[in-house]
Amino acid sequence: MLRKLRIIFAAIFFSLITLLFLDFTGTIHAWAGWMAKIQFLPAVLALNAGVVVGLVILTLLFGRIYCSVICPLGVMQDIFAWGGGRHKKNRFKFRPAKPVIRWTIFVIFCLTLALGFGSLALIIAPYSAYGRIAQNILAPIWQWGNNLLAYFAERADSYAFYSTDVWIRGLGTFVIAVITLLTLAVWSWYRGRQYCNTVCPVGTILGVLSRFSLLKPVINREKCINCNLCARNCKSSCIDVKRHAIDYSRCVVCMDCIDVCNKGAISYTWRREATQTADTQGSASQQQTEQNKAEQGKGGEGISRSTFIVTAGILTASAVKAQEMKLDGGYATLADKIAPPRRNAILPAGSLAARNMAARCTGCQLCVAVCPSQVLRPSASLTNFMQPHLSFEKGYCRPECNKCSEVCPAGAIKPISVVEKSSTQIGHAVWVKKNCVVVTDDVDCDNCQRHCPSAAITMVALDPKDEKSRKIPAINTSLCIGCGACEALCPARPFSAIYVEGHLSHKTI
Amino acid sequence: MKKNNNNIDRGEFLRRLGAGSLLASAALVGCGGNREVGLSAGVKEIPTDKMTYRTHPRTGEKISLLGYGCMRWPTIKTEEGQKPQIDQEAVNELVDYAIAHGVNFFDTSPVYCQGLSEAATSEALKRYPRESYFLSTKLSNFANSTRENSIAMYRRSFENLQTDYLDFYLLHSVGGSMEDFKRRYIDNGMVDFLIKEREAGRIRNLGWSFHGEKEVFDQILAMHDTVRWDIVLIQMNYSDWRNARGRNVDAEYLYTELEKRGIPVMIMEPLLGGRLSNVPDHIATRLKEQEPERSVASWAFRFNGSYPNVLTVLSGMTYMEHLQDNISTYAPIEPLSEEEKAFLFETAELMLQYPTIPCNDCKYCMPCPYGLDIPAILLHYNKCVNEGNLSKSSRDENYAKARRAFLVGYDRAVEKERQADRCIGCKKCNPHCPQRIDIPKEMRRIDRYIEDLRQGKEF
Repeated sequence: MLRKLRIIFAAIFFSLITLLFLDFTGTIHAWAGWMAKIQFLPAVLALNAGVVVGLVILTLLFGRIYCSVICPLGVMQDIFAWGGGRHKKNRFKFRPAKPVIRWTIFVIFCLTLALGFGSLALIIAPYSAYGRIAQNILAPIWQWGNNLLAYFAERADSYAFYSTDVWIRGLGTFVIAVITLLTLAVWSWYRGRQYCNTVCPVGTILGVLSRFSLLKPVINREKCINCNLCARNCKSSCIDVKRHAIDYSRCVVCMDCIDVCNKGAISYTWRREATQTADTQGSASQQQTEQNKAEQGKGGEGISRSTFIVTAGILTASAVKAQEMKLDGGYATLADKIAPPRRNAILPAGSLAARNMAARCTGCQLCVAVCPSQVLRPSASLTNFMQPHLSFEKGYCRPECNKCSEVCPAGAIKPISVVEKSSTQIGHAVWVKKNCVVVTDDVDCDNCQRHCPSAAITMVALDPKDEKSRKIPAINTSLCIGCGACEALCPARPFSAIYVEGHLSHKTI
Repeated sequence: MKKNNNNIDRGEFLRRLGAGSLLASAALVGCGGNREVGLSAGVKEIPTDKMTYRTHPRTGEKISLLGYGCMRWPTIKTEEGQKPQIDQEAVNELVDYAIAHGVNFFDTSPVYCQGLSEAATSEALKRYPRESYFLSTKLSNFANSTRENSIAMYRRSFENLQTDYLDFYLLHSVGGSMEDFKRRYIDNGMVDFLIKEREAGRIRNLGWSFHGEKEVFDQILAMHDTVRWDIVLIQMNYSDWRNARGRNVDAEYLYTELEKRGIPVMIMEPLLGGRLSNVPDHIATRLKEQEPERSVASWAFRFNGSYPNVLTVLSGMTYMEHLQDNISTYAPIEPLSEEEKAFLFETAELMLQYPTIPCNDCKYCMPCPYGLDIPAILLHYNKCVNEGNLSKSSRDENYAKARRAFLVGYDRAVEKERQADRCIGCKKCNPHCPQRIDIPKEMRRIDRYIEDLRQGKEF
């Protein structure tokens, strides 16, 4: 019964959190966005005391159910472990704890974080690791499915589905996601929750707390016949039948042992019957359960509901033969845009400054997954590996959108309204004469000026002495907010003739 | 318009259903061989021997009233950067069907279908005796009008069409200005050259196709006394008869002037690139009420065919169902009565209330040097106008639905990098447009409208 309850809750959390990464329309976020915000590590980095306290109390009351229900990476490993169990029954056995390895990893993790290489340390962080897997591996599959539906919808003249662009946002992050998935799949298939109990920093912290939890599975010596069935089905390998003891720092209260024991010798209780381990009982009281529930309910406020249109891009284009006549029809071949080298990365409005992003972002890719303009992508540089930055080859940061700031669970991108965003300078545009079509093709063009949302561009004469001179853009950097409309819509290819240079600290203009 | 919205969808659905079942039954009849009555008794057989022919006033040759315009041959989708390809098998099927049902006139140009039309047309036609059909092509020397290049283009047409004579040869799209006409055909001596070619028998009929100014039309027509124009190709349909849009001349004037001089008329754009078949729902209903068993397009063809000086009506039929529909209209033609003509003119006035952009999807503007898909953008806009998905105000009753239809449909119709926001306003397209649409201006207008939709602005 308890096991079933755990599985039901885990399934709900797991599927909704996964959907947060898959749903590119932004509808799920309106009512399930809070599920990302109650993740432990992002809440710690966001200094979200309410959530952290809530999770601590939850663990002190019930043990590590966070790891069994709320953590998507944990549930994912349970799925693989379940697969392994189908393959070979009763395959686990009690293994002694590895506190030295566990704490060494934890200390290294904290040190790396403190020294400013957080993005590397966060490769092992559970929630963001799962986010990367969902965004890089599951989302494309989901999108292809959607595109198939969109294909049929188009033929049925329905506007219910629209096609979306599937592409790898960052190769490094994609590789990390694949490696993480493969490693964990194999690891948990054979060794259950060993990752959670040796590597995962959240598991280590919660493991300390769960030793003192009010409720825990307890073995009744009277009823136990030492058949070892529970230990052989314990994903955490933490039941020592000989001593009738359970290592509560590793137990994720999955309730599998209770279910599997056919003598009814294990029960989930606050009594200490027949155990030799002398855990002192935590002082937490039951009435805090209510408070805890209230904490959980909070996260989802203030997420607006709106739909964005992602572009479909099915194309067939053809080159024009070089002939002495202008032929009718066909398309000019368009070279793909290439991102220019930028001195500073462009970070989304709401991230305040590069320092804030570096300190808080867990690299979970939720913002990348929801960006409807395909502007956000993970960084490949070592100092802020996997953390998001903007680039404008596929679109620009649209004035009506503040999705990334709404979804970020870690406070790396703080909530910002579209009005605030329209006056937040995240960078400034730079004109590159040698690329501008006014100069290279000798044509009139004012596409950057026409699309600038903050009127920061004026057209001025290329040759001030000539009255009929063609006009080139002049940028008033004090008005420019760095949205990238000019860069994205510039006809020059592959390098735009106007591009955005990022600012380390954002400011309001 | 607001009130009608639910009906528009249902009407559209029914219309498509109807067209679909018509097609399905036609296919059944085709496969069934000798079965006398198809499974659906309501479907009319398309007769093979009832085509209406017009007599060439000078030569006495019989020319089918339905002419095949070879500007819109079906193509195979190719990858970006690859050469375009015509679906030759489909072309052969269409040509076979057309010839079997009495069509004997084919009109092409060296620039159609990215330059592939002439060869594809002749590939299909060479399986028939040369004297069994009439061939027409054009001198499309828009970009380079030197004598050498023009003559080279003329000779290349013979090679592409695998023939030693042309039944009709037209100066392509004249009428923009007299200077342009002189540059392309007089100063380089091309008209004189072509007159000699006609004397030599390599050209049977010499003429021109017209888009543009009335004064230029008059002046070129006045040359008839010296040159002897054998044929003129004009844009004519019930919408352009008296209400020609943009800088087009009313077809009534063009037709009457030509008839006065006894010059036979060839017709292009009978359907305005589909704008007279994909009409707003209540216009379609209006036409269907009059003639429930005829297609919307048939009205346009019957209109043109009702004028005796019309030698042939060119239609760029990409799909078999279009070909079949047009053949059934002209096999034989049932001319419009005066009341029916008056009814059509009224209909044309009603259609003017819809702010469509007069694009006929001829693709002369393409390729845009900056990659835009101009016709696709304009066609999508027109589609939304006709389907009631163009919002006048964000407070419209159906605004949310219309907005989604417009935006989702836009991304489907036009690849993102080829949408209106990419137009830089270089105006290179404008001189190519036979309908004189100010393309950059329209692109900006559509772009602004789309921005309003995307940003959810109130307007």
